[in-house]
Formats: sequence, structure tokens, C-alpha cells
Amino acid sequence: MEHYLSLAVKSIFIENILLAYFLGMCSFLACSKKIETAIGLGIAVTFVLTVTCPANWAINHYLLDKGALAWAGLPEIDLSFLSFIAFIAVIAAMVQIVEMVLDRFSPKLYSALGIFLPLIAVNCAILGGSLFMAERGYNFPESVVFGFGSGAGWFLAIVAMAAIRAKLQYSHIPNSLKGLGITMIITGLMAMGFMCFAGIQL
Amino acid sequence: MATTILSKKERKQIKDALWDNNPVTFQILGICSALAVTVQLKTALVMAISLTFVVSMSNVVISILRNKIPSKIRIIVQLSVISSLVILADQFLKAYMYDVSKQLSVFVGLIITNCIVMGRAEAYAMANPPWKSFIDGLGNGLGYSSVLILVATAREILGSGTLLGFPVVPQFLYDIGYVNCGMMVLAPGAFFLLGIIIWVQRAISGYTESN
Repeated sequence: MEHYLSLAVKSIFIENILLAYFLGMCSFLACSKKIETAIGLGIAVTFVLTVTCPANWAINHYLLDKGALAWAGLPEIDLSFLSFIAFIAVIAAMVQIVEMVLDRFSPKLYSALGIFLPLIAVNCAILGGSLFMAERGYNFPESVVFGFGSGAGWFLAIVAMAAIRAKLQYSHIPNSLKGLGITMIITGLMAMGFMCFAGIQL
Repeated sequence: MATTILSKKERKQIKDALWDNNPVTFQILGICSALAVTVQLKTALVMAISLTFVVSMSNVVISILRNKIPSKIRIIVQLSVISSLVILADQFLKAYMYDVSKQLSVFVGLIITNCIVMGRAEAYAMANPPWKSFIDGLGNGLGYSSVLILVATAREILGSGTLLGFPVVPQFLYDIGYVNCGMMVLAPGAFFLLGIIIWVQRAISGYTESN
């Protein structure tokens, strides 16, 4: 239990997928202008990461990895070079399924997340999560915790950013620094803040 | 050499993507990997070449297929073309430059979701013939590469005092108390540098974003 808690803290704070590995920057910069949109997108990313990480773990463990096809009587086949295309296909399909399920069972959440769900298929944080999971060799429960933790970290970062940008409207910024420039510098300051979590161990 | 192959219009197309319409600083595309691989110049160069290869080749392939792709499933077709090209690049790096491919870890794979590649395929290659799409891909790849190389050079010199692994900061500077800036090696340094580059570029080109 402690091991999983420590992994969650690590993936939320210390190795924040956005601030330490720069994943999901594009939608982070584009969608952090309003707090509502930031919260919607953050929830959607957390949700999809928590679903796709374990799903890709299963694909990797039972189909692609070296010796993974042993259950089918083909122990010497190594399909790991296919992992990129398999992961992105799983993610696209998962996003599609999640969209349909939400539409059927929770129309309210569906309309709240609306346009963000299809966008998520090409968010690098999602693919990055799966690739990190494969590279670090997590097992099944670890992949669930890691997926959720990375999503939660991303949520935290984008909501904090949206709140800062709302306040920023009242400040005087040099003309050419407005928009993208100042956002990058604030992100840098946030990354410095999050680095203070390094060294915390449960 | 380049002047004889490329017409004036095509040169302008490349120049546009390098400066006025730079994919990273102007269109805000592909920032994720622009920051992650720039601790050293070597990894940044490899990443820049891989991305330029993927974006120009995917533009060509998609442009050839553009009349055959049903518009409803075009995203998934584009994604499979792009990921096949990325697998090629990744296998090549693993075979011939194993150390660099280890350092780049997941970021080669993340070229698939790099917005520049998808964006150019969707916005340009779907509507233009192969040669023009190739030039467009090349231009955007080079625009991305220029930012990457700039950030990586600054980070490696300021952060570790080396360039491509060779020490460039003279010893007497260290003797009189100069120290490497450790922050440049870490994540925040990349954010600050890119912010400053965007600032300078926009100050020169005079572009202002509304907050």
C-alpha cells in the first residue's frame, strides 16, 4: 500500500508529467485561459489516462513485449517495435468508447467535457503516460496508480495556471511578452515550485 | 545549390516557416518535445533531424493519398502514416545511435502526437500536391529545428559549460569564480529560455497577442 501511495505522490508532485517532462504542453497553453475549461479538460485527461494506462499495459504485456505471446505458443516473437502504433490506436479507440459511454450514461458530464474528449487522443500526455509505463516496466496496479497520478498532476498544473492567468489580466506586461511569452515564464516558476517536492518520501 | 533547385516562391515558403510563421514561437505547436530534449545539443540535433524527416515524409505520403482518404476517417489514416514513419525513425536510431536513443527515451515516440506533424498534415498536405507539401514539411521541420538548436545551445553552454560534449567555457573563468547555472539543466530553465526567445522574436517582428 505504501509503495503505491509513494508512486502516486511521485507522479503527481515530484515528477509531474507537465512540469518535469513537458508533456501535454500544447493543450495546457491553449486551454488555460479560463478556469472552467481548464477544470473540464483536466478531468477529461485524468479520466482517459487512468483508463488507457492499464489498457496499454495489458496490450504490452500480453501481445507486444518480448515473450509476451508465450500463451499462444509463440514465445520467441518480439513485437515491441509495434508499440507506438498499437498504443496510439488503443488511445484513439478508448477515447471513442469513453465518449460513447459518457453520452449514454452521463449526458451531463458528456456535455461538460464536450469538445475536449476528441482532442485528448492527440494529447502527448496520454501517449507519454503509456510509453513511460512500458519503459519503466510497471505492473498492473502500478500502471493504474501511475495513470491516475499523472492525470491528477496535469489537472493540478492546468487549474493553477488558469487561476494565475485570470489574475494576470490586471498586470502590466510588455507588449511582445503578452500571451505565450509570459505563460512560459510563469510555467517555469511553477516548475521551480514543484521541484521543492523532490526528496519527499512516504 | 539550393538556389538552383528551389524556385523563389518555394524559398519564400521555407523562410516563412522559419521566421514569420515559426511553428514553435508563433503557432504554439510542438512545444512539449522542444523543451524536453534540449539539455544537450546532441540530443536536440538528433530530435530535430528525426522530426524534420517525419514531418516532410508524412506530408508527401498524405498528399499522395489525399484524394483517396475518406474524410470521416482521415485522422486515423494520418495517425497511422505518421506512426509508421516514427517507428522507422526509432528503429534507425536504435540500430545506429543507441546511446542517443536511450537518452531521448520516450520522446522519439512522442513525435506521433507532436502537433506540428498532425497540424501540417491536416492543414496543408490534405489540400496540396506532393512537392509543395514536401517543401512545407521541410520548412516547418527546419523552423522547429532552429528553435530547438537555439534552446539547446544556450542550455548546454550555460548549464554544463560544454557544447556537443566539449568544454567551451575557459578554465580561467572558473578560476575567478564563475559557476555553471544548475537551473538551466533542470526543467524551469527550459521554460524561461523559451519564454525569452518568444519575447525577443515577437519584439522584433512586432506581433502582439491580446493577453
